[in-house]
Amino acid sequence: MALAPAITDLEQLKGHPAVARLLAWNPASVTGVKFDRDEMTIYVDHACIREACALLRDDAECAFNFLSDITCVDWYPAEPRFEVIYHLLSIPKKERVRLKVRLDSASPAVESLCSVWPGANYFEREVFDLFGIRFTGHPYLRRLLMPEDWEGHPLRKDYPVEGYR
Amino acid sequence: MAHLTATPVLEPGQDRTMILNMGPQHPSTHGVLRVLLEIDGETVVRIMPDIGFLHTGIEKTCEAKFYQQVVPLTDRIDYLCPMTNNLCYVLAVEKLLGLEIPPKAQWMRVLMNELTRINSHLVWLGTHAMDIGALTVFLYCFREREEVLKMFEMISGQRMMTSYFRIGGLALEPPLGFFERVREFAGRFPEKVDEYENLLTGNPIWGMRTKGVARMTAEDAIALGASGPTLRGSGVDIDLRRDMPYSGYENFKFKVPVAQEGDVFARYMCRVMELRESIKIVQQALDGMPEGPIKADAPGIVLPDREKMKTQMEALIYHFKIITEGFAVPAGEVYQAVESPRGEMGYYVVSDGTAKPYRVHMRAACLANLQTLPKMCEGGLIADVVAAIGSIDIVLGEIDR
Repeated sequence: MALAPAITDLEQLKGHPAVARLLAWNPASVTGVKFDRDEMTIYVDHACIREACALLRDDAECAFNFLSDITCVDWYPAEPRFEVIYHLLSIPKKERVRLKVRLDSASPAVESLCSVWPGANYFEREVFDLFGIRFTGHPYLRRLLMPEDWEGHPLRKDYPVEGYR
Repeated sequence: MAHLTATPVLEPGQDRTMILNMGPQHPSTHGVLRVLLEIDGETVVRIMPDIGFLHTGIEKTCEAKFYQQVVPLTDRIDYLCPMTNNLCYVLAVEKLLGLEIPPKAQWMRVLMNELTRINSHLVWLGTHAMDIGALTVFLYCFREREEVLKMFEMISGQRMMTSYFRIGGLALEPPLGFFERVREFAGRFPEKVDEYENLLTGNPIWGMRTKGVARMTAEDAIALGASGPTLRGSGVDIDLRRDMPYSGYENFKFKVPVAQEGDVFARYMCRVMELRESIKIVQQALDGMPEGPIKADAPGIVLPDREKMKTQMEALIYHFKIITEGFAVPAGEVYQAVESPRGEMGYYVVSDGTAKPYRVHMRAACLANLQTLPKMCEGGLIADVVAAIGSIDIVLGEIDR
């Protein structure tokens, strides 16, 4: 089974319900798309991720009502350095979509999704703990896995695998 | 929306209430979960789980390993269902590579996964019943679990950390007599489930401790990210095996148990019914097991057979190269989710085109399920906290990673 090349052309993918819904709402919210290995990725402008998620959750056509996961990838030393990744699942439609937000290394912060899905709480705390991304509007943004007094964010690429000794 | 309240900071010194610290060394917290309880007499006012005691940085470790070296790490995330984790990871990497897996390997994976589900649910049932006070069930469950573990040992050489699935197929051919042993177990198992149910389902004490306890509505369960039996116990009918099939699950017929009540008893019934469904899948897998190879035909990725290595130069070279340099995976990213015994287990693997994963992230079902604990317990009795923790079936290795 040979891999088909990824489609990144917005024109070809604007028929996808989630892309169409976001474009109809605010064309500036979608900064890119990618369809690769049967998975749909939408790059969303970091200023409107919370509204975009609420929109996709409540729209009858999309119905992405379940937040599967929030995580992050550090592309150090490239800029924008961080990608925060949201995996949404539609329980009625049995569909998945991945939303991505790109953040600069200067002060990585993005709006919290806790008001859309309370289940975002632990996921966002984990990303904050391990990557140092701040989620504005999070009710209790504290370290989740590492000790309270730990220095640094271990999953960043400039953090050594063995830790600081 | 009532469920939007912030996670509380618990501080002692308020008039009526006191802070009770449960765990991390408490027998009914299933590992090293610490729960902070604010109680007013016997009533739980607020509850806050505290996790991280078992954090070992597996995601970071993965970034320093070759793709094939990550498989043993995945066992250690959730030590009660190692094969589910193996499967989820290898499926993700195979999707990145675009590998086609031969049917026999797929069916073996399904067979082993369902045995793993039985193993995991038996541990859950035994410990959950023991927490609530039904000690006998524990012994019964571990009797059958021991047999499953012996089968794991037979097929992979290990009882718990199996690492039996490899990228591109399976590690070993199933040994002689393995299928007969599984068939014999599968024939006997349903009456063992009857035995557990005889002890619990109609038992009035069990009913009083579980029915109507730690309720959660479907809306709350979805909003909090619950999955698996914790979600189906609240009446949401979703099972990734049926709805988004992977590894050939579309070839199997099984029911997805759903209960409407959303209490501890509903989640208990879902899992017990799943035990029965799993054994049906095991039987179907045994009956329809295809013949053929257990590894994909991908010489640079799948380790060659030992016999070929002794006679063919090329096989020896590939073996040497895979072990010393790994294999490059085309750049890209994949999110692969499977239905683990606890819910949606997801692996997000990012490749930058080298032989080591750029990022491996595990979506732990338990981490999301644990968030439902305050919703279930607040306003309830302190003794019900133990029942609620048991009913969401947590494994701390998976939560903390």
